[in-house]
Amino acid sequence: MELVCPAGSLPALKAAVDNGADAVYIGFRDGTNARNFPGLNFDFNEARTAVSYAHKGRARAFLAINTYPRPRQWGKWCDAVNRAAQLDVDALILSDPGLMDYCREKYPDLRLHLSVQGSATNHEAINYYVRHFGVQRVVLPRVLSLTQVRNVLKRVNVELEVFGFGSLCVMVEGRCTLSSYVTGDSPNSSGVCSPARAVKWEETSSGRCSRLNGVLIDVYAPGEPAGYPTLCKGRFEVGGHVYYAMEEPTSLNVLDILPDLYQAGVAAIKVEGRQRSPAYVAQITRVLREAIDACISSPEKFVPRASWVEQLDKIAEGRCHTLGAYSRPWQ
Amino acid sequence: MKLSLGPIPYLWNREYVFDFYARVAEAPVAIVYLGETICSKRRALRLPDWLDIAGRLTAAGKEVVLSTLTLIEAESEVAYLRTIAENGSHAVEANDYAAVNMLEGAMPFVIGPHINVYNLRTLAVLAQAGAKRWVMPVELDRDTLAAIQEQRPAGLETEVIVFGRLPLSFSARCFTARAHNLSKDECNIRCADYPDGMRLHTREGASFLDLNGVQVLSARTYNLLNEIKTLAELKVDILRLIPQRQGMFEIIDALYSVLQGVMPPPVAADILAGCQPAGSCNGYWHGAPGMDQVNHA
Repeated sequence: MELVCPAGSLPALKAAVDNGADAVYIGFRDGTNARNFPGLNFDFNEARTAVSYAHKGRARAFLAINTYPRPRQWGKWCDAVNRAAQLDVDALILSDPGLMDYCREKYPDLRLHLSVQGSATNHEAINYYVRHFGVQRVVLPRVLSLTQVRNVLKRVNVELEVFGFGSLCVMVEGRCTLSSYVTGDSPNSSGVCSPARAVKWEETSSGRCSRLNGVLIDVYAPGEPAGYPTLCKGRFEVGGHVYYAMEEPTSLNVLDILPDLYQAGVAAIKVEGRQRSPAYVAQITRVLREAIDACISSPEKFVPRASWVEQLDKIAEGRCHTLGAYSRPWQ
Repeated sequence: MKLSLGPIPYLWNREYVFDFYARVAEAPVAIVYLGETICSKRRALRLPDWLDIAGRLTAAGKEVVLSTLTLIEAESEVAYLRTIAENGSHAVEANDYAAVNMLEGAMPFVIGPHINVYNLRTLAVLAQAGAKRWVMPVELDRDTLAAIQEQRPAGLETEVIVFGRLPLSFSARCFTARAHNLSKDECNIRCADYPDGMRLHTREGASFLDLNGVQVLSARTYNLLNEIKTLAELKVDILRLIPQRQGMFEIIDALYSVLQGVMPPPVAADILAGCQPAGSCNGYWHGAPGMDQVNHA
């Protein structure tokens, strides 16, 4: 079971590789990938340096081109595939079937992974992508319970990668346009969710307000820690009650079920967070490396160490964690 | 251009659904999409019921398409999908690649709005697989549609949502159950109590979203009445309306009358305005935030 870590910059990539990631994933510095944040990601030469650093550290390097190009963007997205093919990347992470079809035709030897943005949540959908585009690994959306992950694994002949740690997408990836409804930019179209350019903070008599393109996402009482206003993690009023109507600010953390994922045959554990700092990536990689090694050496006896959980919670969104959809009660 | 009626996104009670489609049989829509697309726990109507309604609508001269679940997780959901895909009498709308995988080569199918078709190459791949029609995803804009229409695969029909609260997202979590402090497994089918979804307001009282089980919809109603001329110029074949309780048949009549040239659009606009409890939006069409209402100068 591999550990796949995020790298939004060369220092983050080095942090991941140096701390034991089996693979790192990166993206170009534009809208072709789903973490299109200012100041992040790699131009062609930086990507070349990054891939070479990963390979020297005996880590594999994946490159994500996982947004959905519209006709006017088509040439640019194909160009991203062309550039990626000249890098020595170990796999491309794609979501758009048109782009996968292009890739199959032009670069039949390039290994393809289906991005989480491809929304494949069952064996029939997975088999479609395998049959048409020769996809060799599928990243599962964060919607399946542990039992469902096991069932899918029994019915597909492809590697499955699942999310192990990081910010929790409460919606099915690739099928959420809440962000573009409010701001005009979505993960599918622009590679961003709740973009920083649309965020405004206001100090008012009732507290600190966070807004996304004018829509009030939350109000924080004096002294209450305020989180980034991701719109599905705000407090809203439904039926007379004000609460986190969709999800609390919290992180996904699978330490508790690591042996189950391993024994089910999951090929890789993915860490979310190409927008995160090198220090964050270093810490998570270090902890998960230790945890995965312990799990593989004796899955029956595996118990998450308190120090791991503590270290991860310290840097987690909302400073707490959940098993998310892996656990039925969360659903 | 023809009118279509999309699948009912909400859980309405059985009698209401039968009565609703009895009226649809008399209404001027050419195409009717039937079935449960949101949650497999909703079983007020089973497949034989939907096929019964499908038979009546077909007899009334409608084209019937069986629509399918969007988020497919459990084996039982895959199995149910297969029975729909193999129904043998009616076309099927695929809202997930699982359905595409089953329908490819078996029968012509419709690509629903929840399959991400953002460009021509994807559309070509799906046309090759046997798609006869595609429904434009909600966040796409006029210019994207124009570019796709210019080179769309021969024989493929284009359908655009022109009225209704927009389906914005799906989750493993049931937000209606959550609003009642229940888990999805013990939800007691509470969504049946909300035939137009549960309204979600911001903390300053603005209508923002609607919670409908595992789905989130816009509170504002997407309304492209003023774009009908452009839609015709772009050679769109079908205009889709999303079912709602309030004024559905007045909405259908108004849009049909506009298409027939027997009702001035401003008159229709007044009728539609009375059926948009949180106001209207058309931002996506103009490449703006979806919630915006962009008015022509």
